[in-house]
Amino acid sequence: MKSFFGFLFGLFCALMIVLLAGESPLYILEILVRSSFGSKYDFGLTLFYMTSLIFTGLSVSTAFKSGLFNIGAEGQLNFSAICMVVFATSYPGITFPGSLLMILLVGILSGAIWGAIPGLLKAYRGSHEVIVTMMLNFVSAGISSYFISQKLQNPDSQNPESPIIGDAFRTNFFDFLNKLFPESPVNLFFVVAILAAVAMYFFFTKTALGYEMIAVGENPSAAERASISSKKFVVISLVLSGVLASGAGMNEVVGYSGQYKIGFSPEFGFMGIAVALMSNNHPLGIIANAFIMSVFHKGASDLDIETETITKDFSKIIQAMVLFGVGLQYYLNKYGVTFSFFNGFFKKKKLNSSGRV
Amino acid sequence: MFIKCILALFLFASLGQTAEKLKIGLVLDKGGKEDKSFNSAAYQGASLAEKELGIELKYVEATDVNSIENLHRQFAKKKFDLVIGIGFAQQDAVKKVAVQNPDTKFVIVDGEVSASNVRSLMFEEHQGSFLVGYLAAMKSKTKKVGYIGGMDIPLIRRFAVGFEAGVKHFDKSFTILENYIGITADSWNNPAKAKELALNQYQQGADIIFVAAGASNSGVFDAAEEKKKLVIGVDSNQNWMKPGFILTSMLKRVDQGVYATIKDLKEGKFTSGTVRYGLKDKGIDYAMDKYNEKLVTAADVKKLDAIKADIISGKIVVPDFYLMKKK
Repeated sequence: MKSFFGFLFGLFCALMIVLLAGESPLYILEILVRSSFGSKYDFGLTLFYMTSLIFTGLSVSTAFKSGLFNIGAEGQLNFSAICMVVFATSYPGITFPGSLLMILLVGILSGAIWGAIPGLLKAYRGSHEVIVTMMLNFVSAGISSYFISQKLQNPDSQNPESPIIGDAFRTNFFDFLNKLFPESPVNLFFVVAILAAVAMYFFFTKTALGYEMIAVGENPSAAERASISSKKFVVISLVLSGVLASGAGMNEVVGYSGQYKIGFSPEFGFMGIAVALMSNNHPLGIIANAFIMSVFHKGASDLDIETETITKDFSKIIQAMVLFGVGLQYYLNKYGVTFSFFNGFFKKKKLNSSGRV
Repeated sequence: MFIKCILALFLFASLGQTAEKLKIGLVLDKGGKEDKSFNSAAYQGASLAEKELGIELKYVEATDVNSIENLHRQFAKKKFDLVIGIGFAQQDAVKKVAVQNPDTKFVIVDGEVSASNVRSLMFEEHQGSFLVGYLAAMKSKTKKVGYIGGMDIPLIRRFAVGFEAGVKHFDKSFTILENYIGITADSWNNPAKAKELALNQYQQGADIIFVAAGASNSGVFDAAEEKKKLVIGVDSNQNWMKPGFILTSMLKRVDQGVYATIKDLKEGKFTSGTVRYGLKDKGIDYAMDKYNEKLVTAADVKKLDAIKADIISGKIVVPDFYLMKKK
C-alpha cells in the first residue's frame, strides 16, 4: 500500500506521455482494462503471466530480504523447466500419481541447485552473487539450447522446442481452474503461486528462520554476534530463491504446454525484479504488483493492435514510467515524506539519527 | 461511464470509416518490420496492397512465444477479414485459432496448415539458393565460398543444401564453409555474431558468402565491406545496402505472395490449401539492378538464365532438404 500513490503518479505520467503520441489517455486505459478483463481468454492469459511473475517476484524478494540481489531467476526457471522436460522424456513409463510428484520434485531440486551454486560461492568464496547468477543465466540458456537442438528437438515442428511430455506428468486433465477459462493457458499453478506468496508472508513474519534471514540481510555482522551464521543464511536464501523461481518453469511445463519451448519466458526473471522492487519485498504486495505487470505485458500486444502509434516498444515506456513512479515514492518514504489519506497529504515524519524512519 | 461513452464514439467513428474496406491483420516474426529482409518483404507486399487495393492494414510484432496466439485471436475477435502470419513459428497458433474462427481467413507463410480457411504459402528456396550458389562459384577466385544461416532449422538448412548443390554443379572441387548464428529466434537479430562468423570465414579464405539470417544480414555486409569481399543477400533485394560488395540477392518474394493473396480475397477468389512459389513464377529469383550490374556481367546473367531454365524444365533436379529429411 505504501507505494500506491507512486503507482498512480507513474500511471498518470505514462498516460500523459501517450498524449505526445497522439492517443487519448482514457482510450489507452480502456484498452488496458479490456485487454486484461475483456474475455475469459484474455483474463486467463493475464493470470498465466501473473503466475510466473508471482513466482519470480517472490524469488527475487526472498534474496533481497537477506541482502542479496538475485538476477538469476531467469536462469533458475529455465534450468528447472529443461530438467523437468528431460526427466519426463527419459522416463516416460512412470504412472500417474508418482509421475507428477517426481516431476515436481525434479523441478524443485533443479531450481534449488541453480540457487545453491551462487549461494555456496558467495558464502565460502566471496564471489559476488550478481555476477554469478547473471552468468548462470547464460549457462542455463546454453544447457537448454543444447538439449533442444541436439537431443530433444520435436520432430513434428520447425520451432526449437521439445516434444510434448506424457499426460501423466501434467496437471491439465484434472485442472479445474483451466476449465473456467477455456482455451487460455492459466492453470492450477496460479493457486500454487498465491499459496506460495501467503506461505512466504508467514515464513518471514512468524517463523524464527525467516526472522533470522531478515536479520542477516539487515546487518550481517550484528547477526553473527547474535550467533546467527550469515553464511548459512546466504545459502538458504538463494536456495529458497531458486526453488521459488522454478515455479515459473512448472507453470509452463507441467501446468500449460507440457514442452520446453525456447523463448517461452519473456524474461519473467527480470520482470520479477521490478515486481519485487515495486512491492518493497512484501510477499502479499507481490501478488498485486505481479498482476499490474502482467496487465501491462498482456496489454502491450493489444495496444499494438488497437492503436496506431503505441507499439510494443512504446508499452515498455509506459511500464518504465510506472516503475519510476513507484521508485520515487520509495525514495520519498525513505527521506521521511509520507502520503496518507487520513492525516493530510504531506506529513513529515521525524527522523532518528540513522536517517531511518 | 464517461470512458464508455468515449469508447462508443471511437467505435462508431471507426465503423463509419471502414465499413466497406477489407481489414487485413499482419503478424510479423520477431525480426520485425525493419529487418530489411524476410519481414520487410511481407510488410512491403501488404502495404502495396493497402495503397493499390484500398484495404485497411494493421501490423503487429510478437512480444513472446505465447503472445503470437493472442495476437491472432485478437485479430479474429475484431472481425478482421484476413490475418497473415509471417514465419513458421506461427504455424501452431494459426492451426489453433483458425479452427475456432471459421469466418476469418488466415494465411501462413513458410508453414503448412490444412483447414478450410487457411492458405499456406511455401517457397522453393532451394532452387534460388542453387542459382546463387552457381553464381558464387563462377565468381569465386579462391575456390572457397561460405554460407551463414540464421537459426539452425530445417528451413535454413534447405537454403544451405541448395546453395551447396549449386556450387558443386559448377565445380566439384569447391570447399564450402557453413555456419549458423544460433538456435533461438534471436539469431534473426544478431548482426554482431553474424559479423564475427563472416570475418572468420573470410579469414579462412572464402571470398563470397551467402547469408540467410534476417536482420542479422547487415553484420555480414559490414564484414564484406571491411575485408573487401563479396556477399549474397536474401529474401528482399538487398543490393542497395552495400553497393559494390553485394553480388546479388536471392529473392524470396514474400511480398508478391502476400499481395496476391490479398488481391485474391478482394476479388473473391480466395482459396485454401498450399500455394507454392518457385523460379517458374518468379516467386523465387535473383536480383539484378544498378547496384550490382558491374559485379555481374551480361555474360554471367546469360549463363544463370540457362541454369534457371534447366531447373524449371526439370533437367537439373535441386536437392530439397525437406525431402531428404523424410527419407
